[in-house]
Amino acid sequence: MKTSPWIALVSLLALAFTVATSLSSRADIWSKRSKSNNFFGVIFGDGRKLFANQFFTMADVYFHSGYYPSIFDKNSAEQKEIISASHGAKETEEDEKKEDFLGQPKDWIDAFGRHFRLTEHVHLEQGNEREMLPWLRLAADLDPQKIETYTVGAFFLREHLGKTNEAEAFLREGFHNNPENSELLFELGRLYQDSADVTRARNVWELGVKKFLALDDAGKKENKLVFDQLAVNLGRLEDAAGNFDQAIKWLRAAQSVSPVPGELQIQIDAIQKKLAAPASVPATK
Amino acid sequence: MNKIVALAGVVIKELYRRKDFYVLFVLTALLTVAAGMVNFFNDDKIIRIVKDVCLMLIWVSALIIAIVTTARQIPAEREARTLFPLLAKPVSRGQVLAGKFLGCWLATGVALVVFYFFFAIITGSREHIWPWAVYFQAMWLQWFMLAIVIAMVLLGSLYFAAPSSTSTISFILVVGMLGLGSHLNTLALQQPEPMQSLLAGIYFAMPHLEWFDLRDFVVYDQKLIAWPAFALATVYAVVWTGIFLLLAWFGFRRKNLST
Repeated sequence: MKTSPWIALVSLLALAFTVATSLSSRADIWSKRSKSNNFFGVIFGDGRKLFANQFFTMADVYFHSGYYPSIFDKNSAEQKEIISASHGAKETEEDEKKEDFLGQPKDWIDAFGRHFRLTEHVHLEQGNEREMLPWLRLAADLDPQKIETYTVGAFFLREHLGKTNEAEAFLREGFHNNPENSELLFELGRLYQDSADVTRARNVWELGVKKFLALDDAGKKENKLVFDQLAVNLGRLEDAAGNFDQAIKWLRAAQSVSPVPGELQIQIDAIQKKLAAPASVPATK
Repeated sequence: MNKIVALAGVVIKELYRRKDFYVLFVLTALLTVAAGMVNFFNDDKIIRIVKDVCLMLIWVSALIIAIVTTARQIPAEREARTLFPLLAKPVSRGQVLAGKFLGCWLATGVALVVFYFFFAIITGSREHIWPWAVYFQAMWLQWFMLAIVIAMVLLGSLYFAAPSSTSTISFILVVGMLGLGSHLNTLALQQPEPMQSLLAGIYFAMPHLEWFDLRDFVVYDQKLIAWPAFALATVYAVVWTGIFLLLAWFGFRRKNLST
């Protein structure tokens, strides 16, 4: 029996179409990968997280304009400087010396080779911080659970590039991927506070505290610093708003976890003095 | 010298007749343009990642062109039996080798000029600056690094069984030299004897190709490297190229070509 190849082709296409309509709904259940709305998630699955740290490191390499230790140099495993910078740390001369990972040339080859290596320790500035952003974007796509990527990215977007909307969107994306994380809420609150949106800052920080209190003991221990920052900032916000009782409540809460409870006590005493004096600023809450 | 130039001309013609260069150039151009079109946080001034991607592709493409083109020169002539009529003419084996080397090197140089011109257009269109001197230093040193590679591959092609094995081994060696070259001494110190002495020996004896990689200077907008160091690096490349070419000539002049 002879069959035209065209009829065979059309029959096979029809069969493939019929099977595909039947299987497409079931296939979604088989593979979690197909549910991902992220390109890297579809391509690499969970393996993408392996690359995320490397891409985050690349952001740090760009922050240093290429002056960066390789895995063979000393200090290569130290904490990334973009994290410290995004948490307000300023570099001292001593820090800079510590980061001179090259040291003295070991031999003539090393000495001559330094003509062809970047040997000047500089940081990106004057808006050039934007050059790190692609790596942070890619790191976030590769590992949406890495909180530092969002906080560091949002810091540079907000503080150095004046891109408040993009910073907010990036933090919200992080919060969408990590709905129980209070550090992202703290950063979001800082962003609102900088935009003079006190009410939203308060609401977001209070939500952050709620998320922290919902953690188990191990989680609370791990996120102590975030709670400290949330409570101190809430205390200062309430103090500025004239809600002195609330301010004292938050600062006392911060004292329980703070590494410097004495300094917080000084702030509490100052607020108590204001409370004792006749009220001149109307409360907003 | 005329014979060497004539032989080199044939190699250059071969490169532009084959499709390797065009495919690699189109691939580089497509990937660079794609990288440049990605929108990161609505910031259209981001450029370093585009430079990084483009230069990395240029390095990979140039290495592929140099290694693959060189690896097939002598074996192809032997296989097609065109080497015998060539040597029957008043052309010495040394001239054949020199012609092959010069042809591959010049062909790679032409390819590099095209690649860097494209790079300058792409980055300049966004940055509105053209640091030609930095580009020149980067391209020049890369070209001289490729001279060492081409001479090394030419030597390898006389001993390895097929162009594919020559290419593979050469790639591994070059990538190893570029990646580990400057760190081999540090690694040696962490090893027990006799590995320590062996690695230290390799470190001092190998050509340091990593010196010729100025991509970071281009990507991070750094100042020019000192011209005396630049000139010394060029001399260093010429010396190593000469060493490999001499070794290749020693091997080729006594090689039995009929088997």
